[in-house]
Amino acid sequence: MKKYLSFFRIRFIAGLQYRAAAIGGLATQFAWGFMYLLMFQAFYRSDPSSIPMPYEQLASYIWLQQAFLVLFMTYAYDRELIESIKQGGIAYEMVRPADLYFMWLTKDLAKRTAGAFLRCSPILIVAALLPAPFGMNLPASPMAFIMFLLTLILGTLCSASFVILQYITVFYTMSDGGIRSISIALSELLVGGLVPLTFFPDGIRQVVELLPFASMQNVPLRVYSGNLAGQEMVFAALLQVFWCTVMIGGGYLLMGHAKKRVVVQGG
Amino acid sequence: MIELKQINKTFKVAKRNAGFKEAAKALFRREYTYIEALKDVSFTINDGEMIGYIGPNGAGKSSSIKIMSGILTPDSGECRINGLVPWKDRKEHSQQIGVVFGQRSQLWWDVPIIDSFELIRDIYKVEEAEYKRNLDELTELLDLAEIVRTPARQLSLGQRMRCEIAASLLHSPKVLFLDEPTIGLDAVSKIAVRDFIKKINRESGTTVILTTHDMNDIEALTERILLIGKGQILLDGSLDELKKTNSPYKTLTLDYTAGGFAETAGISVLEKYDGRTVFRIDTSIISVSEAITLLSAHAEIKDVSVEGNSIDDVVVSLYKEFEI
Repeated sequence: MKKYLSFFRIRFIAGLQYRAAAIGGLATQFAWGFMYLLMFQAFYRSDPSSIPMPYEQLASYIWLQQAFLVLFMTYAYDRELIESIKQGGIAYEMVRPADLYFMWLTKDLAKRTAGAFLRCSPILIVAALLPAPFGMNLPASPMAFIMFLLTLILGTLCSASFVILQYITVFYTMSDGGIRSISIALSELLVGGLVPLTFFPDGIRQVVELLPFASMQNVPLRVYSGNLAGQEMVFAALLQVFWCTVMIGGGYLLMGHAKKRVVVQGG
Repeated sequence: MIELKQINKTFKVAKRNAGFKEAAKALFRREYTYIEALKDVSFTINDGEMIGYIGPNGAGKSSSIKIMSGILTPDSGECRINGLVPWKDRKEHSQQIGVVFGQRSQLWWDVPIIDSFELIRDIYKVEEAEYKRNLDELTELLDLAEIVRTPARQLSLGQRMRCEIAASLLHSPKVLFLDEPTIGLDAVSKIAVRDFIKKINRESGTTVILTTHDMNDIEALTERILLIGKGQILLDGSLDELKKTNSPYKTLTLDYTAGGFAETAGISVLEKYDGRTVFRIDTSIISVSEAITLLSAHAEIKDVSVEGNSIDDVVVSLYKEFEI
């Protein structure tokens, strides 16, 4: 276990070095946050009765989403890792007395955490200071906050294990372009990145909520404001556990297969 | 002890001709060729030996290193290193070996070297006391004191390579694989790396398997050579033996003021200029000193130079002999 902790530590330290990227990210996320808020403002003005989520809850949803954006990345974004497969740097990781799958998972989690760590506090502080109804609100209840933290961790794990599956496919395809385009196209909508999943029409919504994508940011962001509570919340959290298990287990097995047929590239 | 028995490995490579039409065709049907990277490779290496593993590009050197380090699974054949099968007992095996891939890096690019070292310590579960002892020793031998606190990206290639080698030895491996460790290094760094490798082999009894294209590495370091070409072991012997058996020839250059020479048994003229003649001496017939005595009887010699065939020539002639 200690080796994975150390691995987490060094990736975290390395991640903290990218301050310029974090500042750039911050600016973008503020801009997107305001844009979403203004766009939804227009919807709410036209017909507030048809909207399944009060505007205050939505504001919290959007700010949390921007603050923790990096935690919930759903596409293969770690250039270093992809290059290591393509160019053969992976050879070093394969001679370590540690499991490749869990090294990658740890690395990916650390990269997410470091990115979020740098960006979340400025966004959350500014968002908390904004005037109502644009600002972020306190959690619905202490219990909601605890469940928010728990489902945040599960959601992050779910996103990470999904992305690792994509990395593993690079072993077979030697290119990450295709799989990344597909997963961006699919996931952006299905995770609730454009609109929260509660906005989906009945019939479609129930199906979408069962998909692994719904187990990522959808759960914690809605739990925080009390939009997802009670039995529904418990079910959603259990579903998160289920999808994490499936994707980690599947990834582990797939990695075992990929490793056997690996050809380390580049001599 | 390292034992390889009839290891085979074939790679499937997609091939197509140049051009758009061919590229479009390849979308639907691909043609593959099979490349036999290793064919019945067998050898045994004892503990504490230092082996020079040489061969042209694409001969199978790296593939064998990757099999021995547990990265690649061969198609058939047996390989045991200290009783373990590398690709099956991967974790246990990796504790016992150190690997340096000269063309890749195991150091974290953006963080100080010492952080990478500590990560390696934790991954290999090295005891604190052992880690400290190894680190101190490596720091001294490889002259790392000034650079361990610098991020890898700010080091020169020579500095980085010294750190790479140190990183591979922190867990006191019994076997060290060095895949082109001196590639791209300047003369000073090369010598530093060679001295260190020699020392670690002699003092810690670490088995070293070294691949390189630099014949000076081989000359300076190894006594036993494995020559591989087109996936087959062509030669397994000592460097001296290799030089002797394969090249009885020496090149003798004479500068002279007056006189002339005739070819005799064992002495043939390679090149002839005004006042200078280059001979080839077949030492199996006549020794170099005899040849000089003989030749000096016919002319007033100003200058003499003798060149043994370098290991480079030896390897080239071996390639020719085996037609690879």
